[in-house]
Amino acid sequence: MGPKLLAWIDERFPLTSTWEAHLSKYYAPKNFNFWYFFGSLALLVLVNQILTGIWLTMSYVPSAEAAFASVEYIMRDVEYGWLLRYMHSTGASAFFVVVYMHMFRALLYGSYQKPRELIWIFGMAIYLALMAEGFMGYLLPWGQMSYWGAQVIISLFGAIPVIGADLQQWVRGDFLISGITLNRFFALHVIALPIVILGLVVMHLVALHEVGSNNPDGVEIKKHKDENGKPLDGIGFHPYYTVKDIVGVIVFLFVFCAVIFFFPEMNGYFLEHANFEPANGLKTPEHIAPVWYFGAFYSILRAITFSIGPIDAKLLGVIFMGAAIAILFVLPWLDRSPVKSWRYKGPIFRTLIILFAIDFILLIWLGTKPATETYTLMAQLGTVFYFGFFLLMPFYSAMEKTKPVPERVTG
Amino acid sequence: MMRRINIFSKVIAALVLVLPMGAFAAGSGYPLDKMDVNVADKPSLQRGAKLYMNYCYGCHATSFQRYERVADDLGIPHDLMMENLMPAGGKIGDLMKTGMEPKESKAWFGATPPDLTLVARVRGTDWLYTYLRTFYLDPKRPWGVNNKVFPDVGMPHVLLELQGAQVDTCGGEVAQRDTLTGEKLCGLEPDPSIKGAMTPEEYDQAMYDLVNFLAYSAEPMQLERQRIGWYVLLFLIIFLIPAYLLKREYWKDVH
Repeated sequence: MGPKLLAWIDERFPLTSTWEAHLSKYYAPKNFNFWYFFGSLALLVLVNQILTGIWLTMSYVPSAEAAFASVEYIMRDVEYGWLLRYMHSTGASAFFVVVYMHMFRALLYGSYQKPRELIWIFGMAIYLALMAEGFMGYLLPWGQMSYWGAQVIISLFGAIPVIGADLQQWVRGDFLISGITLNRFFALHVIALPIVILGLVVMHLVALHEVGSNNPDGVEIKKHKDENGKPLDGIGFHPYYTVKDIVGVIVFLFVFCAVIFFFPEMNGYFLEHANFEPANGLKTPEHIAPVWYFGAFYSILRAITFSIGPIDAKLLGVIFMGAAIAILFVLPWLDRSPVKSWRYKGPIFRTLIILFAIDFILLIWLGTKPATETYTLMAQLGTVFYFGFFLLMPFYSAMEKTKPVPERVTG
Repeated sequence: MMRRINIFSKVIAALVLVLPMGAFAAGSGYPLDKMDVNVADKPSLQRGAKLYMNYCYGCHATSFQRYERVADDLGIPHDLMMENLMPAGGKIGDLMKTGMEPKESKAWFGATPPDLTLVARVRGTDWLYTYLRTFYLDPKRPWGVNNKVFPDVGMPHVLLELQGAQVDTCGGEVAQRDTLTGEKLCGLEPDPSIKGAMTPEEYDQAMYDLVNFLAYSAEPMQLERQRIGWYVLLFLIIFLIPAYLLKREYWKDVH
C-alpha cells in the first residue's frame, strides 16, 4: 500500500493505529509455550464453522419433513458437500477440544486471576453460548439422536417447580419436539448465537489487549519496560506470534484433516451411529447419549440419584449441573493463592489440578456410557471431586506455602 | 494405497479409540462375525448391487441415493443399469425409491421396512453380515423364521432360496461351548427340509458382497474422501517446513 493511500485512510479510519495496538505493537510475553496455541486455534475453528455453516445453509432445508434428506443431499449431490459437512461436524468437536485446552491453560497458569477476571468471565460466556450453539446445531440433521438428545435436555426444564411444564412447552413451541422446534433452533443456531459469540469474542480480545497476556510464569511483563515503554520480556504479536501460530495451525490442521478425511464419525463420538437414522418420535433409541463435549455435565446430572427433602432427584441433578457450570464463572475469586502460575504454587494445588483434569475426562467418558451401577458410582465420586476442587480452593490455595516468583520470565 | 489406508487407520484407531464399542449386537447379545469392508472392490460391489436390487429393493428403499450415482461409481454402463437393475420406466437420475407403499408394507410386516441407504452406518457392517446369515426356522413366528441378531424380526428370510433353511440346535438357549476344547456344542445348522442354491461358502461370499454394497451406499464418496485426504495431509507436511523455517528465522532475535 502506498504511503499516500495509507495516510489518506489513516485520516479517515484508524487503520495504522489499530494494526499497531492489536498486532505489531501488542507486546506478548516471549515465553509462551504449547498451551498458548489454543486461543488462535479457537479463532480459526470459529471461522471454519462460520464459513462452512454459510455454505451448508445454502442446501439445508430446516423442516421436519426434509431436513434429514437435505443433509444426505448435501452429502451426495452437492459438489464437495460431504467435505463442507464433515468440516462443520468435525469442527464442532474440534472447537470444544480447543476450548477445553484453552481453559485448562488458564487454570494452569492462573490466567483468570487479577487483573484478568473479565477476560475469564467473557471467555466463560463464550463457552456457555458455544454449548447452546452446539446443542441447537445437533438437532438440525434431524436424526434419532438429534431428536432424543434434544428431548432429554429440554425435558430438564420440566424439573423446575411450578413453571416447569409450561416453560418446556414454550421452549419447544409445541407439545413435543417437532418441526417448529427445529425451525426455531435453526434460527438461533445460524443467526442469534453466532452474533452473540462473535460479540463476546471481541469483548474477550479487547479485555485481553487492555491488560495484556499472562504467561507460564505468571509474572507481569509490564513491570519492566525499556526507555520506549516496550516491555523487556515482550515481543510484538506480529510478526513473532503470527509466524509461530502458523506452525501451530498446520499441526492442528493435520490432526483435524486426518479426522475429516479418514475418521469423520470418530467411531460414533463425533457423529453418533443412531443419528444416521431419521428422527422418529415413536421409537426411543436403546441408549441416549449426548455428544461427548456435554459428557461431563451430563454425568453430573445423572450422578444425582437421590432426593433431598422436597427437591426430587431430577431437579437436584439439574441444580448440580447448573452449579457445575456456574462455579466456573467465580473461579477468579476462589483462587486465593498469591501466585498465578502452578509452577510456583504448592504441591497440593499442583496435584489437584492434574487430578481435576483426569476427573473431567473421566466424567466426559462416563457421560457417553449407559448409567450402570458402577458407572453411576464413579460419576458420583467424580462429581464430589469436581465440586470439592472448586469449593475448597479458597482454603487450600490460601493456606499453602508458595515458591518465590521470579522478577522476569524464565524463558 | 488401500494397504496404507489400512495401516494408517489401524494406528490412529489404536491411538484414539480407547473405548471400543464392543463386538456384540445391541440387545440380543449374539456375538458378531467380523467382516472387512472393501469398497474399492468393484466386482464385489457389482455383485452386491445385483443381490440388493433383486432381493431387497422390492420392499426396502435406498431413497437418498440415485441410480446414476450407483452406476457411475460401480462402473456399470447406464443402459445396462436401466435394463437390468432398475424398475421399468425409471429415469437414471431418479432417487432409488421402492415401489412399495409404506402403509401397505406396515400392514403386511408389522413395520415399514426401513430405508437401507444408511443402514451400514446405523447398525455397522458386522451386524448386517451376521444378521443376514443367522435366520433359522421358528414355527412360532409369522413367517416361520426368526433371527439370532435381531430376535423376533418382522422380515421374512427372503434369501432362503439361496441359503437354505437353518435350525437352532440350542433350542433357543445361549450357544454352549465345550469347556475343554472350546468347541460349539450347539448352534445354527443346515436343515435338510429346504436346500439352498448356494453352498455355505458361496452364501457367505454373497452376503459379504451385499453388505459391502450397503457400506458403499451409506457413504458413496468414501474412496474419494480418502484419496483427497492423502493429498491434503501431504500438502500440510510440506507446508510445515517453510512455516517452521520462517518461525525460526524471525525468532533468532528473541533472547
